[in-house]
Amino acid sequence: MEPFTRVSSVAAVLTMPNVDTDRIVPAKFLHNPRSAGYGQFLFRDLRLDADGNERPDFVLNQTPYRSARILIADANFGCGSSREAAVWALYGFGIRTVIASSFGDIFFENSFKNGLLPAVLPEAELLRLRAAVAADPLALLQVDLEQQTVSLSSGEVFRFEVDAFKRNSLLLGLDDIGVTLQHEGAIDAFERQRKVQTPWL
Amino acid sequence: MSRSTCRTLFQKIWQRHVVWQDPSGRALLYVDRHLLHDGSFHAFEAIRAAGRGVRRPNLCFATPDHYVPTVAALRAAPTEKYRTKLDTLTRNTGQHGIVHFGVNDLRQGIVHVVGPEQGITLPGSLLVCGDSHTSTHGAMGALAFGIGASEVAHVLATQTLWQKLPRQMRVNITGRLPDGVSAKDLSLAMIARIGTAGGSGHAIEYAGEGIRALPMEARLTLCNMSIEAGARCGIVAPDDTTLSYLKGRPYAPQGALWDPAVADWRTLHSDDGAYFDTEWTLDASTIEPMVTWGTSPQYAAAIGGVVPDPAGSDSTTQRASMEESLAYMGLVPGTPMDSIPIDRVFIGSCTNSRLDDLRAAAQVLRGRRVVVPSFVSPGSGLIRQAAEAEGLHRVFLDAGVEWRDAGCSMCVGMNGDLGEAGQRVASTSNRNFQGRQGDQVRTHLLSPAMAAAAAVTGTLTDFRKLP
Repeated sequence: MEPFTRVSSVAAVLTMPNVDTDRIVPAKFLHNPRSAGYGQFLFRDLRLDADGNERPDFVLNQTPYRSARILIADANFGCGSSREAAVWALYGFGIRTVIASSFGDIFFENSFKNGLLPAVLPEAELLRLRAAVAADPLALLQVDLEQQTVSLSSGEVFRFEVDAFKRNSLLLGLDDIGVTLQHEGAIDAFERQRKVQTPWL
Repeated sequence: MSRSTCRTLFQKIWQRHVVWQDPSGRALLYVDRHLLHDGSFHAFEAIRAAGRGVRRPNLCFATPDHYVPTVAALRAAPTEKYRTKLDTLTRNTGQHGIVHFGVNDLRQGIVHVVGPEQGITLPGSLLVCGDSHTSTHGAMGALAFGIGASEVAHVLATQTLWQKLPRQMRVNITGRLPDGVSAKDLSLAMIARIGTAGGSGHAIEYAGEGIRALPMEARLTLCNMSIEAGARCGIVAPDDTTLSYLKGRPYAPQGALWDPAVADWRTLHSDDGAYFDTEWTLDASTIEPMVTWGTSPQYAAAIGGVVPDPAGSDSTTQRASMEESLAYMGLVPGTPMDSIPIDRVFIGSCTNSRLDDLRAAAQVLRGRRVVVPSFVSPGSGLIRQAAEAEGLHRVFLDAGVEWRDAGCSMCVGMNGDLGEAGQRVASTSNRNFQGRQGDQVRTHLLSPAMAAAAAVTGTLTDFRKLP
């Protein structure tokens, strides 16, 4: 996994709440191997019409947002299905961080496993951030995981909280399985005890 | 017992699965049961690429459901796209020595139907699956989490999962559901009230008189829909209903192991003084048959109600979301729910494809004819067999309903079971998201009895009012 430290970019804004993972990547594409590149499927039905032409009013079809690395979303982003392909699609398209007031729990976990930072800002701050971006839509934002900040070129700074363990894994691009196997002795011991205490399992 | 030692049911089961507690607050949890399906190929590919194996294949169980055709002819000779997925699961499970209920096995079915049916899902266990509706299994008194492909690979390789203790929510159901009103209606009413993010970051325990009165299959439906309320999982304390459901199932404890297991399961309930971060109370006796009108499960109304007006919403974001929903659904505010015409009907999915669901649909369809294309996809081969043994398939066929094989089918359409653009589908599944059942297809979620009534009249209809 590619480490995430900081990202500077214009921000694309998506104001819809409850964006489900079916919208992020429709199920009809999930039969593809990951190597097919899921970026092409991102928001497929929002981004493209039935003939495969870009919808000009969709933010990611507009310059300079088509190369935005920062997406500002709304509440409950990534709700619904557990498909990790939703994260692969965002990442494949070039998005490195999604800022929202809340996320679907499974999407949130999946993001950290793939180098995508889901940054949570309280609703009032998200609205302030959105207003600032609306006032200066071409401004560069910087999202810094080490500092846990979203900074505007105006000097305004928003701080977000992130679990220390997840932050560290993302900063270093660590493989979770490798970390877990450091506890292999504890897993072995647990299995021995489990056999005695709940033999029916 | 002092207040500080009181624990919720969830916390009790959680504590016995902690392998290692990280100072950051994360716990490494042991996984007792890992369910796999034909969409799990990404995870098998990931462990293969990393050169890792499966740590405990005997704790893994697999069955194809997402890509499996439900039409007999296609099942016998699937097109390459689907055959590849089925073959890949056969190969992966064979290579790692994992139990596999394949497409020609009577035990094949939707993974969330098969787990409880086979007695694989047990009270007090921790179960995971790479599918969000894993929340279903909590109905058996298990901790059941839906996870992504990376976590599936992690569980395959380590038999463990990192989790942070979720907040605790209890939904108290007072009263009993009126005749014919189902767990699906109860769950849609709950989600309409607390919202699709209402359970975010929480584990939901369903408790109270209304839950105790529910049969096992209804509890499975309710817990299944917990993910649509945004929760990590749903759980119901095991009781006599759970035990009598489990006893004798193939993978449930047998012989001398049954009694000690039951003695342990009897201890699995929230302590009286246990603390819940959030509590809700719903009176089941006031619930009406529910139908969704929008593109989020929270957009649901009683069948006797009308499509709501976004203008009545107190937030601009919410209003915009409702307006977008209504535009997609082709509905205008104020329209009576029971005047909305339907183009086709789907009865099935991990939410509503169990024997009781099929009986409820058949009861409405008996002696009637459907006026729109409709099909039933039972949750497993065994349910199909049981339904045929009591003649339900005859009721469906006589009513003009197609009687198909088991799979996720039109809930997610990954096997090609899809609606056509512009069609309005009455569906017993769990998600009415845009495009879920096909491009520009409009989904109305409802119970099996309500779906059957819509099939008979071609309009959303209160099944209790059928002549």
